[in-house]
Amino acid sequence: MRVLVCVKRVPAPGAKINITDDGQSVDATNLGHTMSPHEECGLELAVQLVEVHGGESHVLTLGVAAADEQCRWAASIGINKATLVDVGTQGWDPQRTASAMTDAIRAIEAAEGGFDVMIFGNESADTGGFQVGIRVAQALGRPMVNAIKGVNISAGIDGADTVLEAQRETDSGMEVYKLAMPCAIGVKEGITWPRYPTMRGRLASKKLAVDVGASEAAPGGQTMVRLNRPEEQVSETIILGEGAAAAPAVIELLKELGLWSQGSTKQEVGA
Amino acid sequence: MVLIDKGPLPNPGGSTGHASNFIFPVDHNKEMALLGVQSANQYRDVERSVDSGGIEVARTPERMDEFQRRMTSAKAWGVEAELLTPAQVKELVPFINENVILGGFSCPSVSVVDSLDTGTLFRNEAIEKTGLKVFANTEVLDVETEDEPGTGLQKVTAVVTDKGRIEAEYVVVACGVWSNRIANMAGATIPLVPAVHQMADVGPMDILAETQSEISYPIVRDMDTFCYERQSSGSMEVGSYAHRPILHHPDDIPSNEEAALSPTEMPFTPDDFDQQMEEAIELMDMLGDAEIKYAINGLLSLTPDAMPCLGETTEVRNLWSAAAVWVKEGPGMAQVVAEWMTYGYPRVIDAHGADIARFYDHERNDEHIWSRAEEHFNKTYGIVHPAEQWENRRNLQVSPLFERQEVLDAFFFQARTWERPQWYGSNADLAERYNVAEREVEWDNRWWSPITVGEHLNMRDNVGLIDLSAFQEFEISGPGAVEFADYLCVNKIGPVGRATYTPWLTPDGGFHSDLTMHRTAEDVVVVVTGVFDGGRDLSWMKKYMPKDGSVTLTDRTLEVSTLGLWGPNAPATLTKLTDADLSHEGSSYGSLVEVKLNLGGEEVNATLFRISYVGDTGWEIYVAWDKAPMLWDALMEAGADLGIRATGGGVYGTSGRIEKGYRLQGAELESEYNPLEAGLARPKVKSATSSARTPISLLAKPVTRKC
Repeated sequence: MRVLVCVKRVPAPGAKINITDDGQSVDATNLGHTMSPHEECGLELAVQLVEVHGGESHVLTLGVAAADEQCRWAASIGINKATLVDVGTQGWDPQRTASAMTDAIRAIEAAEGGFDVMIFGNESADTGGFQVGIRVAQALGRPMVNAIKGVNISAGIDGADTVLEAQRETDSGMEVYKLAMPCAIGVKEGITWPRYPTMRGRLASKKLAVDVGASEAAPGGQTMVRLNRPEEQVSETIILGEGAAAAPAVIELLKELGLWSQGSTKQEVGA
Repeated sequence: MVLIDKGPLPNPGGSTGHASNFIFPVDHNKEMALLGVQSANQYRDVERSVDSGGIEVARTPERMDEFQRRMTSAKAWGVEAELLTPAQVKELVPFINENVILGGFSCPSVSVVDSLDTGTLFRNEAIEKTGLKVFANTEVLDVETEDEPGTGLQKVTAVVTDKGRIEAEYVVVACGVWSNRIANMAGATIPLVPAVHQMADVGPMDILAETQSEISYPIVRDMDTFCYERQSSGSMEVGSYAHRPILHHPDDIPSNEEAALSPTEMPFTPDDFDQQMEEAIELMDMLGDAEIKYAINGLLSLTPDAMPCLGETTEVRNLWSAAAVWVKEGPGMAQVVAEWMTYGYPRVIDAHGADIARFYDHERNDEHIWSRAEEHFNKTYGIVHPAEQWENRRNLQVSPLFERQEVLDAFFFQARTWERPQWYGSNADLAERYNVAEREVEWDNRWWSPITVGEHLNMRDNVGLIDLSAFQEFEISGPGAVEFADYLCVNKIGPVGRATYTPWLTPDGGFHSDLTMHRTAEDVVVVVTGVFDGGRDLSWMKKYMPKDGSVTLTDRTLEVSTLGLWGPNAPATLTKLTDADLSHEGSSYGSLVEVKLNLGGEEVNATLFRISYVGDTGWEIYVAWDKAPMLWDALMEAGADLGIRATGGGVYGTSGRIEKGYRLQGAELESEYNPLEAGLARPKVKSATSSARTPISLLAKPVTRKC
């Protein structure tokens, strides 16, 4: 089985996210970088699929040269190969990204064989466009379902009848989709429990030859004007008191909120 | 009493929150070793400590030699320790690869502590006993000061926070990596820089998990790879001091809200750690297959000289520093600062090496702090010779004779900021003349030359010329000068034309300083002290000087140069330059004689101070800074046929004084010794008490009577 996972390098911020003065990106001066939890779970899924079914896993990313770090992270947990489309910036618009990645996948498949499964994160951690995976799958003519939390491969692989069974959680239960392979899925955090790299894995990942390419894909229709940080929602905490002494203040507050009536005693509510 | 913390409690996000929390009690440095032991005992007292034991392992013969020296230090500080064979190490640490080590240095009293919880306990005790008010999540925006009358210093008055202003008589900056930023708000400096120490938590591993305890195996320090492996429940913490130095400015540390983990748990940079991983796996193979669950570039504090910053800041009265403190010395250093504030000087240990006043201005800027931190970070687990010199930030302060000394191929040692010749390469013939050979052991030859013995013996036979320009000279002047000078010192300030060799004592009667005080005029006393103590002594004077304006303090260090001329031919040499009476009557011991010296045809004013720190006859000769080269040339010429040689600090500060039995402040003399214990008590003491408020019985030599 040949499995592709697409990931995106993004800053790993704290609760407060700073924006650069020009409003064009997150200020990552003192931040590390990561990928979305969806994508981490996708990498783990790819490693597990290859562990069970044999074959090869491949990670693909589009971004800056430093996204090499994410390729090696993938390798450190067991991904076999890596391709980085260096576009000199953290990300392009979704159409352009999808176009560039489609080209890259075609090139990899032409050289090394088709992918049975392409795994995307449900959405990227920063821009959250929810569309790159769908666009790539559509361009390559593969069926795709998003928001997948479980996967079964029901028949043997390498046959036309091979089916990937994908599960999606909904409010009312579980939806199950059967996709003819080759196919694509957008996965959500929780589909797997991603492993951490081992020390040996990390050291081995340094030997990985990351295939770095470029892209001349044309810009899509969506452009970013600038990032704004919304006004902080400051919620004030008022300490009403400690222990039993706080009871009158609590009652006053409940009265204020219209949640208290004189009859509300333990006896009357039968407590 | 109020405690303000920018972060939440009990873990506000500083270095303590991610520390590995272990204490190795052996350090060559006495202050650090004893504070480590003291701290470990305090953690034990509150039952937040486990004696895990610890083993330093050697991969090289050089490290095995170092272990012998560590055994010496362990014995000196009273710490139990023993050397182990690789097989013995394996018995204690079954998962170690004994084939890559040559031996171990084992300390059973190595402990693992819970520093955060200890802080909580101490804080709660202070709340209960003193009514301490605690304000967490409160950011300090400013530290306000005002002029202190009579001293030219600022005095702290208030702390401004984002929740209001608090007036304060005393403020202690114990803000870890942010300390300098807070001190700067008051116009003070705490010379430290936040630096990265990488650490990874890997696991789980069955052999560790089976212990079902926080730590059951000794901590292993892999000294030659600058790494440690410390069990933490089922995992192993692997920490490193081997990676490149990575420094951050305090302003670049993210806030709690901005940080992905905590402010001092910066993003891990794995490339810097790969080499350490390989070496860790080599030492403990099981680590290779353990998952890296957590890895950080943890921040800790580094100072220019790798010692802490304790005591009152020199710039702002009542603003104190308790900074550059690691978990391993935390409680002990808190005790130092508390005692210092309460009793006027620490009791638990002489903190002269940690005293923040030791730094000169040249040592307080970021360029210096960063350069020195970069240089010494990788020496954390290094094999460091006690005389080892810095490579960078040299020639910050040179004597007016520097160029002449370079011509003589001087080998310079740096004393804080000052360059001083330790010996002169041009005197290599003296080593031959006196048949002085290299020492037997390579270590003993480091930062040493047989030439220094040649210079010593030549001084004993002929005459040596020693550059003492690094002397620190502080002038006390004004109508209250003599009274203030007398207040500072044990021995009595003499009349005009006399100098007094005297201790300054701490309130408990221990040595704070050991120096000379020169009565140069009716209302002028000049304090002459060594370059290692100048900052501390100046600060001490400022602390005790009268506030009524009756005294003015002036730093004359860069106006005056001092040359030492000693040896049996010193009088014959000096007499060629002057008609003054240089006999024992005309220039008696301890006298200051104003003379005119004929320096190449020019009459130059000089002061001759008849004294000797090396044991031979001679003088300290004081001239104006710019006249020093002429004096040097004239003396070298006058002594040419009397065997004169430029002579280095190796003689003045080491062999000469030790042969004579003269003590050195910071070495033989410390606050834990009073004059009686140091053998420096006088038969008589002056009637006035000194600043020490010391019982006179400690200062006077006991008289033995026949019964």
